[in-house]
Amino acid sequence: MKFSEIDASLLSTIANITEVPSGAVNIRKDGQPLIRMSSPNITINPKQDKPGIDVIVKPGTKGESVHIPVIVTKAGLQDLVYNTFEIGEDADVTIIAGCGIHNDSHQNSGHDGIHEFIIKPGARVRYVEKHYGAGSGSGKRVLNPTTIVRMGRGSYAEMELVQIRGVDDTYRKTMGYMEDKAYLKIVERLLTHNEQKAQSEIEINIEGQDASAQILSRSVAQDSSYQVFKAAMIGKAACTGHVECDSIIMGNAIIKAIPSLVAENSEAVLTHEAAIGKIAGEQLIKLMSLGLTETEAINTIIEGFLR
Amino acid sequence: MLRLEQVSMSVNQNNGDNKEILHNIDLEFDAGKLYAITGPNGGGKTSLAKVIMGIYGLSSGRIYLNDEDITDLTVTERARKGIAYAFQQPPRFKGLTVSDLLKIADSELDIIGLRKSLRDVGLCPEDYLDRDVGPGLSGGEMKRIEISQVLARRATVSIFDEPEAGVDLWTIQRLIGIIVNRYKDNPKNTAIIITHNENVLPICDEIIVLEEGRIRSRGTYEEIWPLIRDEIECKRRLECRGEMGYEIQ
Repeated sequence: MKFSEIDASLLSTIANITEVPSGAVNIRKDGQPLIRMSSPNITINPKQDKPGIDVIVKPGTKGESVHIPVIVTKAGLQDLVYNTFEIGEDADVTIIAGCGIHNDSHQNSGHDGIHEFIIKPGARVRYVEKHYGAGSGSGKRVLNPTTIVRMGRGSYAEMELVQIRGVDDTYRKTMGYMEDKAYLKIVERLLTHNEQKAQSEIEINIEGQDASAQILSRSVAQDSSYQVFKAAMIGKAACTGHVECDSIIMGNAIIKAIPSLVAENSEAVLTHEAAIGKIAGEQLIKLMSLGLTETEAINTIIEGFLR
Repeated sequence: MLRLEQVSMSVNQNNGDNKEILHNIDLEFDAGKLYAITGPNGGGKTSLAKVIMGIYGLSSGRIYLNDEDITDLTVTERARKGIAYAFQQPPRFKGLTVSDLLKIADSELDIIGLRKSLRDVGLCPEDYLDRDVGPGLSGGEMKRIEISQVLARRATVSIFDEPEAGVDLWTIQRLIGIIVNRYKDNPKNTAIIITHNENVLPICDEIIVLEEGRIRSRGTYEEIWPLIRDEIECKRRLECRGEMGYEIQ
């Protein structure tokens, strides 16, 4: 199958794919399935009661990946989708998601993705979700992802949540519930520019003994953009949790970073770090002394920071 | 090759007054020679290096590179003309790797070149190429990575600001060897080493002693060493007694 130029550009940016990937895949375009394929170990079924899919990974599945990108190219479309992922015991898989909106009109386009992960005991998941907006229209590109992660005993999840650029408005909500010895790492990287607004709320409930969670947020706010980052780590057992938010602020942007720790057990060890600052002058000078222009130096620093 | 004519530089102080840091400096650096700039702390050595790199502006004077007036060029333009500067305290970057910085220093470096750049400064490429130039590196490691970038640039004029600071004794000897091989008698390049290390001075063709923003003396090692040796000995004795000393080394 050959993608149109716009589709190919969006898919390449959000999911790094230039052709239909092998294995299980579900590409959704403008509210409709464009491609849907299951694999012997990973089944993708449409939901019967609402838009969306159920992705079922058989227990013990190792080294397979699932691609489920969404693209919106139709002006004025407000897409809503509910996806559920059930990762069987001792499986080890990678899920590549993401949403790209191309909007050349004056009407707003949007996608709300509600994802629920049920990670069975001993399973391991790496989840990558990239958001991107393109197009020359004055209509907004709006993305509101909700992610709920339920982790069984001894399971492992690493989630990379990225907003590349071009998203005018986003409200991101991520919640985690962890049983004994589960490990969850959430890495969120956000770039906002112009008049864009981004609000991200992450709440991790560590309910099991010896479970461990990390929330690492890096963001860059340029121009007159506005960001709010709220991260709550709630320790309900003997566990460890760490929240780190690090932001670069530029121009007339505003950033609010609100890390919060709640210990409901005396054996919970929770920590946080938060820093907001502009690009250091000495970093710019250093890169300029290697031959970069000031603009190239700024872009290099931002690219590295959000990598 | 590089010529400074009547270079002065001043900074604004908190009280609004101007303080002159460099006073009417005349210097010429020739290709194929190694130069050391030494002197007491606060004498203007790093300021002079930053003036040459274009990081600090001049209050008066001109700077020429191969007879071209570069006084009004930016840092970037001077870097592209062939001036390189290894910072005394290089900044750290979150997310940029050693490999990233080396490739910025020389975009033509392939993996063999990248590895060699690190081996030259005594670092194992496998351990460092993909590491962030961030808080996880020690001061000595940062210093060696900084020097590797300047060496990679193959610049016409390379300035090393206290390359020995924070670097272990074994590596200092290695770095001295590399700088000598690279710059000494090379008709296209010159290196200026700002140093407090008396082992670096003998390898240099000319030593410039900078004090209170002025050239106090300049000459060969044989000419300069007797003039500053007593002060260094004096400083050592003061340090042994736990007192703050005069800072020529």
